Amino acid sequence: MMEPMHLQYELEGGNFTKAGFASSEIKKVLKQLNVDAKTIKRIVVSSYEAEVNIVAHAYSGIINAWIDNEKIVLHFNDKGPGIPDIEMAMQAGYSTASPAVREMGFGAGMGLPNIKNNVDLLEINSEVNKGTLVKFTIGLTPEMN
Amino acid sequence: MKKHKVSEIVKNLNLKVLSGGEGLDRKVSGGYVCDLLSDVMGNSKEGQIWVTLQTHKNVMAIASLRDLAAILLINGVNPDEDTIAQSETEGIPILGTDMPAFEIAGKLYELINK
Repeated sequence: MMEPMHLQYELEGGNFTKAGFASSEIKKVLKQLNVDAKTIKRIVVSSYEAEVNIVAHAYSGIINAWIDNEKIVLHFNDKGPGIPDIEMAMQAGYSTASPAVREMGFGAGMGLPNIKNNVDLLEINSEVNKGTLVKFTIGLTPEMN
Repeated sequence: MKKHKVSEIVKNLNLKVLSGGEGLDRKVSGGYVCDLLSDVMGNSKEGQIWVTLQTHKNVMAIASLRDLAAILLINGVNPDEDTIAQSETEGIPILGTDMPAFEIAGKLYELINK
């Protein structure tokens, strides 16, 4: 069993030019580890959506990723407005994104549902006016999927 | 169905190569038409040409994360400067046409499925 590999990235609210950087770095690492393409797809779809959520809604955020032989665990921890009703936020099509964000093609209310459909374990904790912590796990071995 | 290279599609459909010419040898598996980034992220497939009017840098993040073959911008729109830079870095071409999405998608479909 290898030691879990730890990666960390920072995000700034509103800075869309950096959205996707962490996901792309994580993708490179997973490719080097010979993780199969389907699993990499599920991981990058989920992590990209979580990155965009931070950039679109929060003031700042930190991404932590731990990778071992069996799984990847990702934590997206932001300082921001929080989610008053998580159940509502999980509904496809529900969004609180600004018109400017929607004009860029984001904010269709598909982010959290996309994450839910692609991960094995998902936990969201949020406090209004403080921030949100999105945690998910995706198995890297066929048995876990 | 024959797998075309991006360069063959450029030639056949008379497209402009706006950036990322290094990636013209990439193989095309099909096409995807949408301007909602989450939908493309969730539903596009490796090797597809993505037809869109979105010109900002995030389209490159999606193209790269989903291993798309190329981005095809419609209605004569031009990519942003940082989108072009990212396209060159990734070697994923951005193509352009003056046609609207419906027309170019029809031609692309016909060519790919011939």
